[in-house]
Amino acid sequence: MVSNTPAETPRRDDAANWATPSAALRVGEMPEGALNLNVAGRRLVGPIQGFGQLWQKTYRVRLGGAVTPADVIREWKANYASYWPAGNHFYAPVSGLEPGDVAVINASSLGGVQLSTGIRVIYADDESFSFMNAEGHPAAGMITFSAMGDDAGVCAQVQALIRANDPFYDLLLPLYGHRVEDEMWTKTLAALAAHFGAPADVVTERVLVDRRRNWSEAKNVWRNAAIRSGFYMFGAPIRWVRRRSARAKG
Amino acid sequence: MTTATTTTTADRIDEWTIVIRVRGDVTAASEQPLMAAYSQAGDKTRAIVLDFTGLDYMNSGGIGLLVTLLVRANRQKQKLLACGLNEHYKQIFELTRLDEAIGIHDSEAAAVAAAKA
Repeated sequence: MVSNTPAETPRRDDAANWATPSAALRVGEMPEGALNLNVAGRRLVGPIQGFGQLWQKTYRVRLGGAVTPADVIREWKANYASYWPAGNHFYAPVSGLEPGDVAVINASSLGGVQLSTGIRVIYADDESFSFMNAEGHPAAGMITFSAMGDDAGVCAQVQALIRANDPFYDLLLPLYGHRVEDEMWTKTLAALAAHFGAPADVVTERVLVDRRRNWSEAKNVWRNAAIRSGFYMFGAPIRWVRRRSARAKG
Repeated sequence: MTTATTTTTADRIDEWTIVIRVRGDVTAASEQPLMAAYSQAGDKTRAIVLDFTGLDYMNSGGIGLLVTLLVRANRQKQKLLACGLNEHYKQIFELTRLDEAIGIHDSEAAAVAAAKA
């Protein structure tokens, strides 16, 4: 028998921090202008269910010593969408980011397509919160937003444990996906740092956790949100003609 | 900031199976004790049973750590199984869909039997 790191265990309760499982995602009311596709009725996909290589990507910025980790997470959760780069929209319930909440994402994508997909908040406490992505999202996995203190002050961190969801996204990852994701979280953390009056020195670390691809998950491409959003966008003129003719008949 | 406290013990059941008993917290900070216990598995081990009877607290960082452990085990062609999860933690495995890759059993005996099946 081998024992490692014996320690006193303080009793903590995590029950209120976790969402409960649900067979399919349900989307609440969305504001006018939000494109609500590819979320309702979908399941969540974790790192196990994705197709591509498994990456752990960590983005971190120092916020100084004038705030606490709980201050950072409170602000981040309350105004999460406002820290996203321009051209991307995050439509969350008005309650904020609570365990179980489902949010719709509208993001600018290749070819001018507005990608519609979503996430669910699976975990939230005073110092972190985590999302899992909906089927069809470019990445299958989890992303955790946290703040932690050390001798040098407080850091805010985004850590993604993700695979490309299907072969289509996997093909785009080296040329497009990594760059877009790096830009997304670097800009988000820079905006958060600016809010707290800290310089936008974001550190990025990328670790390949599993180089194998899950070929059994290649079928995920049928739910690809980018392809479906593209079809929806290019079908807009047809829908417009149909609405006009329906009005004329009515 | 709360410091994670994790205790792990690794018990060899037979040449092919070890049981890692996890007590306390499972968070991202549990990597060292969990991987130290996993390192006891060796090349011949074909199944690792994680006994969560003593689990008190787990956050999303802990789930990430279990995913990493699963990848390592799969790379070594080892089965990863779990036992001793209460209803709350079973639900978390279901929520995160870890239950699709880590077989969940009610008792250590059932997990060890499944490992040999």
